[in-house]
Amino acid sequence: MRTNIAVLAVGCLAATAALAQKSASQAIEEYRAMLADGNPSELFEAKGEDLWKTARGPKKASLQTCDLGKGPGVVKGAFVELPRYFPDTGRVQDLESRLVTCMERIQGFDAARIASTPFQKDEQKNVTALATWIASESKGMKVNVPQRFPQERIAYQIGKRLFFMHSGPHDFACASCHGEDNKRIRLQDVPNLTKNPGDGIGFAAWPAYRVSNGQMWAMEQRLTDCYRQQRFPYPKFGSDALVALSTYLGVNANGAKSIAPAIKR
Amino acid sequence: MKKTAITFCAAVLAALAVVGCATGGRNLPTSAQLDRMTADVAKASFRDQGPVKTDRLIQDETNRDCSQAQVLGRPLDKARAKAIEAINLKAIKWPSDGRFLGDWKKGEQLAQSGRGLTWSDSAKTPNGANCYNCHQITKEEVSFGTIGPSLYHYGKLRGVSDPSSAAAKPIVEYTWGKIWNAKAYNACSNMPRAGHAGILNEEQVRDIVALLLDPQSPVNK
Repeated sequence: MRTNIAVLAVGCLAATAALAQKSASQAIEEYRAMLADGNPSELFEAKGEDLWKTARGPKKASLQTCDLGKGPGVVKGAFVELPRYFPDTGRVQDLESRLVTCMERIQGFDAARIASTPFQKDEQKNVTALATWIASESKGMKVNVPQRFPQERIAYQIGKRLFFMHSGPHDFACASCHGEDNKRIRLQDVPNLTKNPGDGIGFAAWPAYRVSNGQMWAMEQRLTDCYRQQRFPYPKFGSDALVALSTYLGVNANGAKSIAPAIKR
Repeated sequence: MKKTAITFCAAVLAALAVVGCATGGRNLPTSAQLDRMTADVAKASFRDQGPVKTDRLIQDETNRDCSQAQVLGRPLDKARAKAIEAINLKAIKWPSDGRFLGDWKKGEQLAQSGRGLTWSDSAKTPNGANCYNCHQITKEEVSFGTIGPSLYHYGKLRGVSDPSSAAAKPIVEYTWGKIWNAKAYNACSNMPRAGHAGILNEEQVRDIVALLLDPQSPVNK
């Protein structure tokens, strides 16, 4: 956290030594806008689209029959309605865990192996690229995470409880930083995620390209890193906790315009 | 569609040993049932990573009750809050040699550091105190968070000109206690219990107290 801020400070704030507090987040916004001119996420979008259409895996099949919730092969608008309940797996799934289901069932990949692969490595890199492209196909659409099935409503309730679960050496919960309006950690704004935080903020911004480490992150990596900073143990990829938390954040963000893939510090 | 929903609802709820699905899933499990389901989900979803073990998910009664109150969206019952504060107050370890104040310069370094106790920190990484993440402290450091109140002029505003004087004793003791165990004074405070949880040791707590109360500290300039 501190390192990231330090990088940002060197990158954009150092010149203005006597920086007034009020303009700090403004300066960061301008910095982001400047970077957004050439958001490197476009490279990941192109890779993701290619991966979707290419025959791959032991079964040498493309993902073009993958059902992301709106029917086999329908990509446009799918992202803003995830996580959702899938009758064929009997589970509420987020975009990334659903993609791995498709990679297993359609392409013959080993889902457990992908789930245990670290982010930014091997097939996880491909999952992130796919998620980036799929998100981009819903850019500008409003978040509309469903609560039709009881499983989806239960996921929301479990996600809410996880959001407020204080534990670990620092007693932190998600709510410690994201439970109130207009708060900052150092100079970083931390949105209130107990309600709709607004267009393109929080849930409606990920996947995002992170300038500070030059990586594309989808939502599961974003949440995993929150848990790291929270001093919690490691949430498994595709776990019910990550999906429930995403459901809580997504439903709260319903109505917000998705800007994913976004660009972040 | 509705029939399918009922079928899957029944299957899932049966698997979770929860009743109350007869109305086609319109009724959610009770809040207590959802609490148990959440505990099961957490247990199944997290794993050890490096020095960070899953036993960190075990909540003490302070965290359990404060989490629950937040889920319900209402403050903790007043009597319960008092009881939690009493438990935490009792758990405060006061300085073994009676010295409350250390070196404010070391305190400033600790206040700057947000390191320690994550799975990406080596177990050997010295823990920081995380203060600037949430508080304004000195005027010189402009990169501060706003989750906690400003601590600029902390000692000055409280009239502490000589922290070793008898008059300053209550403030000095409160400051030690607050850093050692913030929940002793505010049951569901957002602030970590730095001493109580072993984030900081006695010597480090002394240094933070000095940062806040030493008249020579930039906090009070």
